[in-house]
Amino acid sequence: MAHDVILEARSLSIAFGGVRAVNEVSVSVPPGAVFSIIGPNGAGKTTLFNVISGVYAPLEGSVRLAGEDVTGLAPEHLARRGLSRTFQNLQLFSRMTALENVMVGRHRHESTGTLAELLHLPSVRRQNQRTREAALDVLARVGLEAEADRPAASLPYGALKRLEIARALASEPMVLLLDEPAAGCNPVETQGLRNLIRSIAESGVTVVLVEHDMRLVMNVSDRIHVLVGGRSLAEGTAQEIQSNPAVVEAYLGIDHSRESARAVG
Amino acid sequence: MIVRLAMRYRLAPVALVAAIVILLPLLFPSAYYYRVGALVFIFAFAAVGLNLLMGFAGQVSLGHAGFLGVGAYAVAIGPAYLGIPSWFGIVAGAVLSALIAFVVGRPILRLKGHYLAVATLGFGVLIAIVLSNEAGWTGGPDGMSVSRLVLFGWRVSGADTWYWVAAVTLLTGMVLAYNLIGSPTGRALRAIHDSEVAARVLGVEIARKKLTIFVISAVYASVAGSYLALFNGHITPDVAGFLRSVELVAMVVLGGMGSIAGSVVGAAVLVVLPQTFTALHDYEHLALGLVIMAFMIFLRQGIVPAMVQWRTT
Repeated sequence: MAHDVILEARSLSIAFGGVRAVNEVSVSVPPGAVFSIIGPNGAGKTTLFNVISGVYAPLEGSVRLAGEDVTGLAPEHLARRGLSRTFQNLQLFSRMTALENVMVGRHRHESTGTLAELLHLPSVRRQNQRTREAALDVLARVGLEAEADRPAASLPYGALKRLEIARALASEPMVLLLDEPAAGCNPVETQGLRNLIRSIAESGVTVVLVEHDMRLVMNVSDRIHVLVGGRSLAEGTAQEIQSNPAVVEAYLGIDHSRESARAVG
Repeated sequence: MIVRLAMRYRLAPVALVAAIVILLPLLFPSAYYYRVGALVFIFAFAAVGLNLLMGFAGQVSLGHAGFLGVGAYAVAIGPAYLGIPSWFGIVAGAVLSALIAFVVGRPILRLKGHYLAVATLGFGVLIAIVLSNEAGWTGGPDGMSVSRLVLFGWRVSGADTWYWVAAVTLLTGMVLAYNLIGSPTGRALRAIHDSEVAARVLGVEIARKKLTIFVISAVYASVAGSYLALFNGHITPDVAGFLRSVELVAMVVLGGMGSIAGSVVGAAVLVVLPQTFTALHDYEHLALGLVIMAFMIFLRQGIVPAMVQWRTT
């Protein structure tokens, strides 16, 4: 069944101690798109991610994935319906190797009974082999095949960022939420990331991106949604957003006033 | 070819322990050493199970001796009052422990860190109290005697016989543990240890996985408890006491969290040391405490992981 909206949030709200971190936010993400959510620090972008991915339950509003209501479903159940994500502060399995990290990403496609696992039956061996091959493919896709057997904790920061994406990709999601993948990356790594995000979208996976690197956002996004103070401010293409006076003010307003104050003084 | 070598490598620690088990008796001057050896293997078996829970899934239990108690009293009470054979008592104890772990684990495994530690501690104390108070069945604080194990008409008795029976059981337990670690469930458990939220967004049902490993580790402890009772021929509620639980945790931590071979080493240290300290008599526990503290200060990661690190750097 085809949908023109794969992920939809309808007037989502969540409050922490009376403060509405996300306030009646609605987004509609078309399938196969790169959909970015931007906004100044504290705008509620990561909180919105946490609500959509089931880490927090919303106070009000609903989330629909591929036409089905998934509001308040736990992350593990959303994962099984094809929604995966990465984290702003890395959440890798640091004591496992890069390959094992990605193999965990295959978990929802694995089916072995505990008894068979204890006895290491041929079915488990075959399953391990399949998981391993699939994981190696995904590692190659993000350029980490040479690091497969290194412990995750020993990898450089940029590689860890890609490893998190590989791990999420391994679960074969319909929708992939990327939370600040370029944070802390140098320009070369960011360029590589741009190409990776594009290739993920071209393979049919919808990408929802939270990112502070504006050049990357403007470069890679099909649509951009702007949040300010937990509320939706604007939505459109990169061009529309860049020329939207409200967005410019939200981002640059303070600087403008400082500059004008200096000009006057 | 590479896969086959890796498979063999995966079980290399088991082969090493097997070699030691076979060669060790050549150095034994008396039957007493078989007795110590059998005790090491029995406690190592329980420690391997607890390590699956603590070292791999990252969930602490300060009440695991409760399951030792269930296993021990199953082979004591079963044959004495219910007329079941001892070997079936082992099975019944394991099934009962699994059921208890399933029922108790569901609510308490939602807790984390210190809260889980205290909840499991409470569970262990509860079992010990029941074993003390139900004197009609258990003989109360004085305990009860345990009839000998008979397998296919073969009467299992004597320290040397138990040495081999316990060794084979330990090796089997190690193989099963290594199998589990290398399986999808094993990877999911290790993932839970490092980041629960990341495991969840990849579809790992963490509550179910934690419960599975809690049940498995309870069965390990139960079987060890049954062996201990059958081996000693007598059992008291001390087997389920808080100190026993702490001892099991110390074995796992001392040998190395997340190292199956480490649990065997940890059990060996904590079973053998008190025997060598008997000369110190009144200061036995003091010396033991000091040794544990010294290990934690200088080898925080545990004996076996520290050794592996020296060899690779």
